[in-house]
Amino acid sequence: MSLASPNAQDISTKKKIALGIGFTGLFILVIALANVSLPNQGLFLTLSLGLITAGTVLYSRDAYLTKLEGIKNDEAWFKSISSRGVWGWVLGVVLTLFYIVLYFFAELLGLGVDGAPNTGLIALFDPLSQLLSGRNASQWFVYGTLYTVAILAFGYKFMLKYRHNRYQQLRTASVMFFQMAFAFLIPEFMYRLNADVPYNDIKNMWPLNYYAFDQWRVDQFINSGTIGFTFLIFGILSIFVISPFLTYKYGKRWYCSWVCGCGGLAETAGDPFRHLSSKKMSAWKLERWLIHTVLVFSVVMTIAVIYTYLGYDADKYWFNKDTFLLFIGGFLTVVFAVIMIFKRHELGKDARYGAIGYAVVIATLIAMHYTGTTDKIFYLQASGMRSAYGFYIGSIFSGVIGTGFYPILGNRAWCRFGCPMAAVLGFQQRMFSKFRITTNGGQCISCGNCSNSCEMGIDVRAYAQKGENIVRSSCVGCGVCSAVCPRGVLKLENDALDGRINPTDVLLGNDVDLMALMNNKKS
Amino acid sequence: MKNIVIIGNGIAGVTAARHIRKLSDHKITIISAETDHFFSRTALMYIYMGHMKYEHTKPYEDYFWKKNRIDLKRAFVKQVLTDDKVLVTQEGEKIAYDSLILATGSKPNKFGWPGQDLEGVQGMYSKQDLDMLEANAPNKETCNRAVIVGGGLIGIEMAEMLRSRNIPVTFLVRENSFWNGVLPAGESEMINDHIKDHHIDLRLGTNLKEILPDENGRARAVVIAETGEELPCNVVGLTAGVTPNIDFLKDSGIELGRGIKVNRFLETNVKDVYAIGDCAEQHEGIGLRRPIEAVWYTGRMMGETLAQTICGNRLEYKPGHWFNSAKFLDIEYQTYGWVFSERSKSDTEQHFHWKHDDNTKCITVSTHTETGKFLGINTFGIRMRHEVFDRWLTEERTTDYVIKHLPEANFDPEFYKQFEIQILSAYTNQLQTA
Repeated sequence: MSLASPNAQDISTKKKIALGIGFTGLFILVIALANVSLPNQGLFLTLSLGLITAGTVLYSRDAYLTKLEGIKNDEAWFKSISSRGVWGWVLGVVLTLFYIVLYFFAELLGLGVDGAPNTGLIALFDPLSQLLSGRNASQWFVYGTLYTVAILAFGYKFMLKYRHNRYQQLRTASVMFFQMAFAFLIPEFMYRLNADVPYNDIKNMWPLNYYAFDQWRVDQFINSGTIGFTFLIFGILSIFVISPFLTYKYGKRWYCSWVCGCGGLAETAGDPFRHLSSKKMSAWKLERWLIHTVLVFSVVMTIAVIYTYLGYDADKYWFNKDTFLLFIGGFLTVVFAVIMIFKRHELGKDARYGAIGYAVVIATLIAMHYTGTTDKIFYLQASGMRSAYGFYIGSIFSGVIGTGFYPILGNRAWCRFGCPMAAVLGFQQRMFSKFRITTNGGQCISCGNCSNSCEMGIDVRAYAQKGENIVRSSCVGCGVCSAVCPRGVLKLENDALDGRINPTDVLLGNDVDLMALMNNKKS
Repeated sequence: MKNIVIIGNGIAGVTAARHIRKLSDHKITIISAETDHFFSRTALMYIYMGHMKYEHTKPYEDYFWKKNRIDLKRAFVKQVLTDDKVLVTQEGEKIAYDSLILATGSKPNKFGWPGQDLEGVQGMYSKQDLDMLEANAPNKETCNRAVIVGGGLIGIEMAEMLRSRNIPVTFLVRENSFWNGVLPAGESEMINDHIKDHHIDLRLGTNLKEILPDENGRARAVVIAETGEELPCNVVGLTAGVTPNIDFLKDSGIELGRGIKVNRFLETNVKDVYAIGDCAEQHEGIGLRRPIEAVWYTGRMMGETLAQTICGNRLEYKPGHWFNSAKFLDIEYQTYGWVFSERSKSDTEQHFHWKHDDNTKCITVSTHTETGKFLGINTFGIRMRHEVFDRWLTEERTTDYVIKHLPEANFDPEFYKQFEIQILSAYTNQLQTA
C-alpha cells in the first residue's frame, strides 16, 4: 500500500505531552520575539528554558527507557523530519531564517542599538546575562544560551539512546561540559573579573575562530595584563603545539567530537540527521576541494590582516611585517618539505594538490610583500578580505548552511565541507596519527549501516568490506559506525603508525596461500 | 579473452566478477532476476525497519559496474544448454558463454505444510520477499499478528523486523530451545530469554500443523500441531532454513544433489561450468564444514578462489579457520573455530561456559578433552578479534593459553567494561572444582 513511505508509528501519549511541554517553552520565546511585554522576564526565561529542557528529557525517556538497550534507528528513514520530508524542510527553513536574522538583522530580535535598552527576545535574556556577567544580553548571548541548552538537553537524549555504549556517553558528557563551561560560563565570568579581556572561549582555536588574531583582540589581550597575554600565548600554542600533539595521539576526534562546540551541537541536536550526509564519491571530491579552499582562504586572510596591522603600528609588536612574512613562509616551507620527504608515497596524486595549495600561499606572501601598504594588500583592503571571510565563511557557511541545513545535508555539512580547523586536524590525522578505525578480519557483511550513519559522509563500508582500516582525514571519531555495526567489525583505536593503512584483496578466513598471493602483490 | 557469464548477483557471483576483473580482461556478464544491482542481502531487514533505504544496501555505486566493464543483465534464466554453451531466459533470449558460474543462492524451505502457498505466507530471503512483507505487514493495523515458523537466523531477524512496527509476533520453534542445533545450551537459553524480553511470543518445541485460509485465500490463522490451538494471524513467515535455488537446472545435465555438486575446485561435472556460494554442494564437507555452506563469508571466499581458476591459476577451495557472526536482536554473536552444540559435538570436545549476571553476555570455549587444545569460541555481547583467534587456531594454542591471553582478543569499543578477569577466575575455579 505505501511502499515509498511506510506509516510511521503513532506517537505515544507521553511523547505528545512531552512535545506539548517543549513547544510551550518555545512558544514563550516566540511571544517575547513578538514584543509582547512579559511582566517578569527572569521568571519567564526560566520557565521557557526549563520547559524546553523538561520536554526534551521526558520525550527521550519515553523514547529510549521504555525499550531494551541497543541500537535505536527504527524509522529514521520513515519519519518526515529525519528523511527530508515536509517537516524536515520546514525545520530547515525555520533554522535558516533564524540564522539569517541572528547574523544580519539582530535588531529584529530586539537588540537595543546605540545604547537603547533591549526589547523583545533579547530583553528576555537580560536577567540571565546580568546574573552571569553583569551586563545586558546581546544577540550572541541569546544564541549562546539557546545553543548550550540544546547541547545539554539533546546530549541527555543522545546519552539515553546510547546507554549501552560508554564511549558515546563519555564523549557526549565531554561536549556538554566544554560547551557549558568553556564556551558559555567561563567567558561570562571572565568579563566580571576583567572587562578588558575580550570574549574568549579558549577551546575555540584559530582557524575555526577566524577572528582570533584580529588586531582589536590581540591589542586587548596585550593590554589586559598577564591574563590576556596568557590567553594569547595559549591561542598560539593551541594550534601549533597542543592540537598536533593530541591529534597525533588520539586523532582529530579529541577536538571534533569531544571538545568542539560546532561538533557538540552536531552530535547532540544534530544526531537525528546524521544519516542524511551524502556518501557519493562526487560528494567526497567536492568536499576535498571546498574544505581546502576555505583553509587557504582563511590562512591568507589571517596573514593579510596581521600583516597590515604590523605595518602601521610597528612599535607595538615584536614582529615587523617583513619578518612576519618570512617567518610564515619559512614555517610553511618546512612543513611542506617534511611531508614531501616522509609521506610522498602515501599522497599519490594528492601531492600535486598540496603543492598547488602551498604555491598559492607562498605566491600570496610574495605578492603581499610587493603590493602591501599600511592598509592594502594586492591593492585590496585587508579589512575587506577579513569581512568577506567573516560574511561568507563565518556567517553564511558555518551558521546558515552549516546548522540551518541540518535536516537537508546532515549534521556535519560545515565540519565536512567548510571548517578550516577540521582541514588542519584532518591533514594531521591522515599523515601522522596513531588513530584509525580497525576492521575485524573478514567479518564484514557489507550491510551499510556504518556508511549510512557516518555523519561525515565517509563510505565506511567500502573500507570494511576490503578488510582495510579506515584512515580518513575527515573522520571525526564519533564512533557511531562501530556502534551500529551488527557484526562487531569496527573499532576506533590508537595504535602504531606502521601498517595502519592495509588494503587487502582477499580477506581473512580464506586459504592462507591465496591471501599471501593476492595481498602481497602490492607491497 | 573468454566470455564469462555469472548467474546471480549476490556476494559470491559479484566477488568472482570483481576478482576476475582484477586478474584479467575477460568479458564478464552478471545475470540476475532479482535486482539490477548487487545489494547486501543481510541488510534487507534494515530497510523494513527504516534504518536504511534500499539504495544504501548497495555496496558499490551504480557507476562502478560500467567503470569495471562488468555487464549487468536483468533476466531469469530458465534453461542451461551445456552442449551448446547457451543460456535461455524466460523471454526466450539466448545468451552464449565460454565459462558459466552458477551463483544462484538459496530459497526458503517449505515442508509441504497445508496452506503454505496462501497469500500472506512468505519467506524472508529476497528483495521480492521484502517488498511482499512491506505489502503484507505495513503496520499493526493491517497485520494484527504475525506467526514465524522456524527458529533460525532469518526467523529471529524477521521477528525483530515486525516488532520494529509494533506488530505482535508469535515465534514457533521446533526445537526445545532456540537454535540449539548449533548453539550450546547455555547460549541458546540466554537467547530464549532475550527473545521474550523483546515481547516476542516464543513457543518452543512447537510445530506448525497447517495454515488456514479466509474466504479470499489469504492466511487467517495457523494451527499448532502439538495442541491443535488455532492462532489468528495475517502474516506467516516461513523461516525454517533455506535450500539451494537450482530448479532451473533439472534437465541441464549438471549433477545435482540438494545443491549443485562441485569438486574442491568448484567445478561441476560439466566442463567450464562452476558453482559457488549457497547453491554449491561439496561432495564431502571440507573438514568439519557442511557440504552446503549458506553463509555470506563462504560465498565471498568461493568467489575469490574461483576467480583464480577462471584466470588460469587452477586453485582448490581451501577455506581457513571457520568463523561466523550474527546478531540476535540486541545481542551480537561471533564464533571462531568450532564450538558444537550438545546435540552434535563429539566426545572429545568439552566446553567452558561463562555468563554475565545481566544475561546478555556469555562465552563458550571448546577444548579437546585429551590434548587441552583450543578448538573454538562462541562469544555473545563481547566483540573479539578475528585476526587474533585465527592466529591462535593456526598456532594450535591450548585453552589455558587462550583464556589467559583473552584481553589481547578483545574488540569492544574503548571504555567498555571488560570481563576477562571474571572469565579467567571462573575458568580457574572450574578447573579446581572439576
